[in-house]
Amino acid sequence: MSKTTASDTGQVPAEDQDLGAAGSRLSTAPQEEQPHLPALGVVGWVRWFWRQLTSMRVALLLLLLLSLAAIPGSVIPQTGIDALKVADFRQRHTTLAPIYDKLGLFHVYSSVWFSAIYILLFVSLIGCIVPRTWQFVGQLRGRPPAAPRRLTRLPAYTTWRSEADPEQVREAALALLKKRRFRAHVAGDAVAAEKGYLREAGNLVFHIALIVMLVAFAWGQLYKSEGNKLIVQGGGFSNTLTQYDDFKSGNLFSQDDLDPFSFRLNKFTGTYELTGPNRGTPRTYEADVTYSVGAYGKEQRTTIKVNEPLEIGDSKVYLVSHGYAPVITVRDARGKIVMNKEAVPLLPLDGNVTSSGAIKVMDGYRNAKGEKEQLGFQAFFLPTYGGKGSTMLSAFPALLNPMLALNAYHGDLGVDSGVPQSVYQLNKKKLTEFKDSKGELFKQQLKIGETMTLPGGAGSVTFEGVKEWAGFQVTRQPGSGWALVGAVAAILGLAASLFIQRRRVWVRAVTGDDGVTVVEMAGLGRSESAKVPEELGDLAALLYDRAPGAPDAGDDGPGADTPDAAASGDAPGDDDPSSRASVPAEGAEQK
Amino acid sequence: MTLAATQLAAATNENLASISNTLIYSAMAVYTLAFFAYIAEWIFGSRSKVGRTAAALTAPDTAKADAPAVTVNKAGGGTAVLERPKVVVRSSAGSRDVPDGPGAHGGDEQGDLFGRVAVSLTVLAFVVEAAGVVARAASVQRAPWGNMYEFNITFSTVAVGVWLGLLALRKNVRWLGLILITTVLLDLGLAVTVLYTASDQLVPALHSYWLYIHVSTAIFCGAAFYVGAAGALAYLFKDSYEAKLARGGKPGILATSVLERLPSSASLDKFSYRINAAVFPLWTFTIIAGAIWAGDAWGRYWGWDPKETWSFITWVAYAGYLHARATAGWKGRKAAYLALIAFACWLFNYYGVNFLFSGKHSYAGV
Ligand code: HEM
Repeated sequence: MSKTTASDTGQVPAEDQDLGAAGSRLSTAPQEEQPHLPALGVVGWVRWFWRQLTSMRVALLLLLLLSLAAIPGSVIPQTGIDALKVADFRQRHTTLAPIYDKLGLFHVYSSVWFSAIYILLFVSLIGCIVPRTWQFVGQLRGRPPAAPRRLTRLPAYTTWRSEADPEQVREAALALLKKRRFRAHVAGDAVAAEKGYLREAGNLVFHIALIVMLVAFAWGQLYKSEGNKLIVQGGGFSNTLTQYDDFKSGNLFSQDDLDPFSFRLNKFTGTYELTGPNRGTPRTYEADVTYSVGAYGKEQRTTIKVNEPLEIGDSKVYLVSHGYAPVITVRDARGKIVMNKEAVPLLPLDGNVTSSGAIKVMDGYRNAKGEKEQLGFQAFFLPTYGGKGSTMLSAFPALLNPMLALNAYHGDLGVDSGVPQSVYQLNKKKLTEFKDSKGELFKQQLKIGETMTLPGGAGSVTFEGVKEWAGFQVTRQPGSGWALVGAVAAILGLAASLFIQRRRVWVRAVTGDDGVTVVEMAGLGRSESAKVPEELGDLAALLYDRAPGAPDAGDDGPGADTPDAAASGDAPGDDDPSSRASVPAEGAEQK
Repeated sequence: MTLAATQLAAATNENLASISNTLIYSAMAVYTLAFFAYIAEWIFGSRSKVGRTAAALTAPDTAKADAPAVTVNKAGGGTAVLERPKVVVRSSAGSRDVPDGPGAHGGDEQGDLFGRVAVSLTVLAFVVEAAGVVARAASVQRAPWGNMYEFNITFSTVAVGVWLGLLALRKNVRWLGLILITTVLLDLGLAVTVLYTASDQLVPALHSYWLYIHVSTAIFCGAAFYVGAAGALAYLFKDSYEAKLARGGKPGILATSVLERLPSSASLDKFSYRINAAVFPLWTFTIIAGAIWAGDAWGRYWGWDPKETWSFITWVAYAGYLHARATAGWKGRKAAYLALIAFACWLFNYYGVNFLFSGKHSYAGV
């Protein structure tokens, strides 16, 4: 023992081979082989490759590679997370961006190389799990291996001389171990027992659960769908493709997968911190909705909050954004109402909900000359305007002092050109500015109830009031239930695997040279743990009561300090020192 | 609530917040005293000059073989005849048979006294700091994990708590005191200077009971991983030291003085492994709890947000560490390096990600 260092655990001497067998199979981990090259043609190579892939070493390398490969995605902007940032990055790095594109660095987690790593890892995992499971089933069906010849070599050992018969001792030991829920049997002159199989089972469950989770994620990716819908207070939505503002789905998604339901936004409520350094920070967001499931379902009322989506079937309805929609009435040159109290949703630009957007009057408008024309207004909206002379930024997110600023245009909005255009932006190509008396762009700030009269008798715009809107995301993530099951199983398996010790105990009782029974007990755990000798001590104490000590020749008593037990003739002291280094306490893991 | 009541409540809250600040500063003062006591322990301990490791490594074989390395004797003494059989324990193949060092005090009586004073001061500082955290929680009327300042003060409290817990369980961890208190002081210094945030409530996305589960386990895991990483680092030093001695080399005086007092490399390795292995399932749970919360708050369970990505990286790194310990050729030093890298990932996830990247996890200032 003494001069042992980590490096000199060479080969197992012949006399220790029997312990090797007894110590083996405490784990089903694949045995390490040296990566020597095969000489056996294609089949040999395939087999060699497979062995490498399913070895612990390669599994470890793949794991480390996976964590390395995940890093770039946290540094470089990702299309899937923030497309705007990616666009910005492309603009600023014109040489890097094409290279990144080639390498898939803007979508690391779906790139070829990232996928290759985790697919290889999971192939390795399956290739590892299947044989391990068989081996484990074999171990469960078999019996704990017989005692090694020299129990003194085991990590925990004790011995005493007893008055009881060897047979009695073995019987007592068998009963005791069985009572302690060891699997035990008598093999030759010793009882062999083992406990803690749950460790191995837990480890297998953990690895299988990882596969379940991966499959569930993949399934979810293929069949998922995600759509957004902006609803102004009082407005409604029914779950069909055409109703969404935008919609994304997995490759195998079909329209029939959408859960049939509809809902209406009764009221959106937002409250904000009124004072202190965090003035304006949102405190609550709530949407009061009425929904019904199926085509003719009963109407139900509920509240959707930021952390509390509405769940219908496989779908979840999340509250994701909110903003304001000024209510506008537009009259044409003849005084005819062409836009009647319409709520126009504007997009928030900052935390205080400074908003911008466009008001478009497409049909029915006639100008002062009686010609058909279209009107467009660039709109800025401040829920809390700081008053004359302050900036055009809102000072607070709630409606304390709403102000709407409009820039007015007329002409052709270009909506019929076939090119899809944002509802929040004006295409000014074919629009002409209304001019004020100084010949500049005509603009005006309005409070609720105020009307802006367009120059040249072109009509008027009235700011009637403000409604709130809420943005909802409807997602369907099939497979998430399975992912959760996998996750729970993984944690339980892991806990079993890491907290349970698999260990063996042997009790040998033989008649010594002087006719007195010699009892030897030894324990072996998969890893050195203080628990194994402790447990062995407990067991020995119990067995000692049933097989009490015999007075020793030297009157040393059974609790002699050293286990040199003359009777056993097998004291560690008289071993060849070179062999001592190789007690395979870690069982199958010896190098 | 009436306006007056609101104002009253706000005033109490501000009061509590300032009480909390006072407590945190007091805890820092007491930790500083403890720090000096630990230093005194190490200095007095350096008077003892026992070369146990060298002796154990060069002792003649026969002498060693007769005297078992460790004996476990459970039945407290008793008479010779009725004493239960003694269990002889052997270390496994490949590990050096080296006794654990006596600890920072090196067996020196005065050193030991200072060490005990240091531990007592640490207990006091821990209680004061914990009270500071509780007062902070009361002032904001929620769990004190809304920003990095709160995260930091909770983190160091829990790290000290984990260590005191191990001490109370009579684990051989007293040697860790100086390193731990040094980092705690750094952590608190950073908290009260750079990271300080006036007490405030949470943005709606943070309102969820998953917050309590996810963040509290994350903090606990970090604190325990920290203790495990300190063990791994100490293992690396002690292992080189033992290896040098086994080769017949002569380590420097300072290295000898310090490392002789630490537990043996085998004990340190096991210590580090046990902690990391015990925490790993909880870390797994933390990530899953976070995913569930993200699913509720942001409409997706996993979005490769920088914080999510780095907790995944940390997780895989720790899984790699556990794997390494079962892989031939990776046990020992290489595995210990992996443990350190994995903890570095955790730290980066905590500090680096918050400062360098903007993601969904950045809120309330920092
Ligand atoms: C998907 C990636 C993988 C992860 C995250 C992972 C994770 C883990 C973890 C955390 C442990 C520690 C639990 C314990 O010690 O009982 C472990 C153990 C183990 N893993 Fe994996 N593993 C993965 C892939 C693999 C592969 C591909 C193999 C097969 C080559 C494998 C074989 C093993 C074995 C045999 C053990 C038990 C080691 C022992 O007996 O101590 N694992 N794994």
